[in-house]
Amino acid sequence: MAVRKHRRVGDNPLVRRTLIGIAVGLTVLLLFMPLVLIFVQAFAEGWAGYVSNILNEYTLHAIGLTLVVALLTVPLNMVFGVFLAWLVTRFRFPGRKLLTTLIDIPFAVSPVVAGLLFLLLYGSNGWVGQWLGEYDIQLMFSWPGIVMVTVFVTCPFVARELIPLMQQQGREEEEAGVVLGASGWQLFRRVTFPNIRWALLYGVILTNARAVGEFGAVSVVSGNIRGETNTLPLQVELLYQDYNTVGAFAASSLLAGIALITLVVKAIVEWRQSRN
Amino acid sequence: MATTDVSERPSKRLSAPATKRVLPGFGLSLGISLFFISLVLLLPISGLFIRAAGMGWEQFWFVITDPRVVASYKVTALAALAASLFNCVFGLLMAWVLVRYEFPGKRLLDAIMDLPFALPTAVAGITLATLFAENGWYGQYLADLGIEVAFTPLGIVVAMAFTSVPFVVRTVQPVLEEMAPEDEEAAMSLGASDMTVFRKILFPTLWPAVVTGGALSFARSLGEYGAVIFIAGNSPYISEVISLMIFVRLEEYDFPAASAIAAVVMTVSLLLLLAINVWQGRYLKRLHGG
Repeated sequence: MAVRKHRRVGDNPLVRRTLIGIAVGLTVLLLFMPLVLIFVQAFAEGWAGYVSNILNEYTLHAIGLTLVVALLTVPLNMVFGVFLAWLVTRFRFPGRKLLTTLIDIPFAVSPVVAGLLFLLLYGSNGWVGQWLGEYDIQLMFSWPGIVMVTVFVTCPFVARELIPLMQQQGREEEEAGVVLGASGWQLFRRVTFPNIRWALLYGVILTNARAVGEFGAVSVVSGNIRGETNTLPLQVELLYQDYNTVGAFAASSLLAGIALITLVVKAIVEWRQSRN
Repeated sequence: MATTDVSERPSKRLSAPATKRVLPGFGLSLGISLFFISLVLLLPISGLFIRAAGMGWEQFWFVITDPRVVASYKVTALAALAASLFNCVFGLLMAWVLVRYEFPGKRLLDAIMDLPFALPTAVAGITLATLFAENGWYGQYLADLGIEVAFTPLGIVVAMAFTSVPFVVRTVQPVLEEMAPEDEEAAMSLGASDMTVFRKILFPTLWPAVVTGGALSFARSLGEYGAVIFIAGNSPYISEVISLMIFVRLEEYDFPAASAIAAVVMTVSLLLLLAINVWQGRYLKRLHGG
């Protein structure tokens, strides 16, 4: 771009430096330092202490359960998110707007309320829970309940990433594919998927971050049984309340690591999209 | 996050009108979406309202107006308001700095803005509680100033502000990026001061985005639980948030009370979500000259 001759608001070097200074300072205090603290505390007893904290029997079990929950939740919500995004961006039908509003509900609802919803329905006193109880099936206070609330709180992420992008891209390319005789699956694999794969990846990563980190909703339906229904965030709470601060932060460091990976993936996705 | 349809305007389509569905998969995607939404969202939510409705108006009113519960409404609403006001100012500043200036480390600053969404709330909670504890990195200096954050309502504000940082930044950023520079440059060349131009030209375009982000941040803060409970102290009437109140009633096995309070919270959340969506729809239409 040619040298800009026009002055704009905030071009004054003093104003510019002051604003950048305040912004960087506040961000360091509010966001960087908490991240630093997690790792400083986690390694307070050295590397060996860190390893032994992670290898704690209950922490290991919590890691395993958290992985299972994520492995069941993420693919389910990915499939749902793609179908919903396809539906609301490729077709016009009455109720389309309502559908996109409904999908935002999990974002607006307190996680504790989300947990309660499932406890009321599937708990031993709930309509469905009572009926399942007759067949000795218990969903609440065990892992299926944890998966169910996690599906609830994470279901909007993939659709929310895909809808604006697919709307912007329009349906011309896919319509051309149909004219050329592509089947539905070919259309998705050859035309749609290559266009949305980065946004889809980011949606999946976000779903995963929230799935491994959900606390409030899971804590309502888990029953907090050590070595049985404790996910990693619940284990963090338990260790912290046992005054095992280093152990709590060691477990937290794993979750913080996942959060950092999420941020890196987002940066890559945005870089990719800006190049297109 | 209530992202609204930007490309709603009918585009010049060369192909057949939408009523003749050219693309495959309408039935399948409609079926899957409706089945999923009914099972995962609508069934549990209607279950809550039916449960709450079944308890009788008098008992319902008695439970939701219990003084301890009323105190928790106030604490939650005030703390959420303070947190979202902070985020309006902080978010506007961050969006401005990230869009208007170039400086080393800008990419990193931009990336870390999303940390509060990626970091589990329980981790945020114990981290903030440790930072602001009496002997913590921040707490020790604040104690010298006579400011207590941990285990006070101020702690709730800090936790809510942290978890909702990205909302205002991410709603204001795109608006600032798309803003045409002509009016601003004309006013500046006519000799208006920075402050005047910001107030008269920039702010009128920016404020709807700030309000949207602030409202999203407020809605999120109202329901925040994980980050709050570690730093709040959770003393009845003083520093209990509404989500904790529901949890307390559940631990007392008082399911009707928990459901009644949850029904109130759910109603407020849904109304807020609706209001934000309607507001966003209007302001986006104006922004894109629809």
